[in-house]
Amino acid sequence: MECTETISELAAVSARLRGEVIMMSHRAGTPHLGSSLSVVDILVALYGAALRIDPKAPEDPLRDRAILSKGHAAMALYAVLAEHGFFGRELIDTFATHGAALAEQPSPHCAPGVELATGSLGHGLPISLGLALAAKIRGQAYRVFTVLSDGECNEGTVWEGALLAPALKLDNLVVIVDYNKWQATGRSEEVTSLSPLVEKWRAFGWHAQEVDGHDLAALTGALATVPHPSGKPLAIIAHTVKGKGVSFMEDDNNWHYRIPKASEVTAAFLELGLPAPVIPAGSGPKKAH
Amino acid sequence: MRNAFAEEITALAQTDERIVLLAGDIGNRLFDRFKEACPNRFYNCGIAEANMIGLAAGLAMAGFRPVCYTIAPFLTYRCVEQIRVDLCYHHVPVILVGTGSGLAYASLGATHHSCEEMGMLRLLPHLNVVAPADSQEVRGALRASLQDPNPTYIRIGKKGEPVVHPSVPAFTLGKAIPMRGGHGQGESDEVALLSTGVMLPTALALADWLKARDIHASVHSFHTVKPLDENTLHRAFSTASVVATLEEHSVLGGLGGSLAEWKADRPELPARLLRFGTADEFLHKTCDTEEANAHFGLTPEALGPRIQQALAASLNVT
Repeated sequence: MECTETISELAAVSARLRGEVIMMSHRAGTPHLGSSLSVVDILVALYGAALRIDPKAPEDPLRDRAILSKGHAAMALYAVLAEHGFFGRELIDTFATHGAALAEQPSPHCAPGVELATGSLGHGLPISLGLALAAKIRGQAYRVFTVLSDGECNEGTVWEGALLAPALKLDNLVVIVDYNKWQATGRSEEVTSLSPLVEKWRAFGWHAQEVDGHDLAALTGALATVPHPSGKPLAIIAHTVKGKGVSFMEDDNNWHYRIPKASEVTAAFLELGLPAPVIPAGSGPKKAH
Repeated sequence: MRNAFAEEITALAQTDERIVLLAGDIGNRLFDRFKEACPNRFYNCGIAEANMIGLAAGLAMAGFRPVCYTIAPFLTYRCVEQIRVDLCYHHVPVILVGTGSGLAYASLGATHHSCEEMGMLRLLPHLNVVAPADSQEVRGALRASLQDPNPTYIRIGKKGEPVVHPSVPAFTLGKAIPMRGGHGQGESDEVALLSTGVMLPTALALADWLKARDIHASVHSFHTVKPLDENTLHRAFSTASVVATLEEHSVLGGLGGSLAEWKADRPELPARLLRFGTADEFLHKTCDTEEANAHFGLTPEALGPRIQQALAASLNVT
């Protein structure tokens, strides 16, 4: 994957993938729409401008690894993988239907490009340390990019991994925190005293920086220098908005679980500047979560 | 057993470059030779066992054969979800070596005992659960696990356990080692003793105790609690009147618990199952390993009469 796309091209991809994710949630009746929308730009920047992966050789041992540790945002991951040709559209169309490859949260080896089953939080970072250490032992140049949620930073294993990575000198490891300020049932700052988050990662020995997680130029810029010249693992604290891109979903935590109705899908597509969607008859909110 | 582990893994790592040894801030000086021989394949992961297991999973996904080593209860109880999701669900061949298992650290109190962990772990799909009897079996278990595609938990003692085998026995995961009798030499044994882990010397002494009273008992080192050696089980439950399990583990969930489940599905097999192990309780008494075993009645003198009783009952029935 080469960094050939311009920022405006990436922005167009982001809008399209937001529409894709909203439609997936509507069609399959699956939750975590807000969490998926907040991480879209991070994934678009990562797959569009940073990762060295050939979608036709997703098992290449020398590929960069991208781990979506916040597995509940799987819809966004599936959408970006399909966008880059890791698999065909038909997998998106059957998302979360009976017997489908793509489940609500990723299962092991469920589709090309999905590295891990990450439904349970706090697993992605420790595994990423192992993947990064493997490259160091063998002198290989691949990098490991791991996307966490801010709520996920409640988990102790995140901080166990954060403590060890600098000691192992894993400058090939990057953490991106999708800092959307919400977790399932409350403000992440109120549930635990998460802030100051960038200072925490810095104090743990990482090169930590803050970016606007919806500014594609800032994101691609932050992802451009890996390994970081400091020799430290890199933590990018990406300030995001849950439900980003749709005014009536932004920063409204009801969209952690809510499923959009047909009229809401149409309104969202309009706001995103997308062509009016074709909504399958009989789809929409029905599952209780 | 831990010295045998350290020696064996050091020897194996010199010919198998996939081996990476991870320790949870334990084994001071134990791995000096490993570090010397393979300086970039030893990592002290600190006192953070759950992270260590995730890290091992990542190494295994990249083609390594990681071995995690720390004190059994911390490696297992604390990390059940990491073992389940990172190792078993992703099906990666990580080896977990829990040292000081069972009652080996009796004197340190129940935080350091592990008498329930086999029961928890054997519920997990793909995971081998192995309890070698002595330092020779530790070496055999390690070699066999490194050839297996599944993750494996190996529970070992600490140091100075009696060595039963004169050399490393032929060791296959899921295949018990016959120690005495039970060779199908025409006369069937009345009792089959299936011992897992460091109870093997007790099982052999128990067989002696019974022999002195004219009761013939076969003894197996039943080192693998999962997967079960069903051939040996079928033979034992078909030929003996009493099959007894011995383990430094709760009678719930370990080898005995496992065989109770197995036997429940096979009502046609005639033998009676006796489970000898620790009780469903925390050991609050301050004591050493030997006294702890005595507390739970895990001595030949305490177990012998229970077998005699069961035999007498089975004769009355038939």
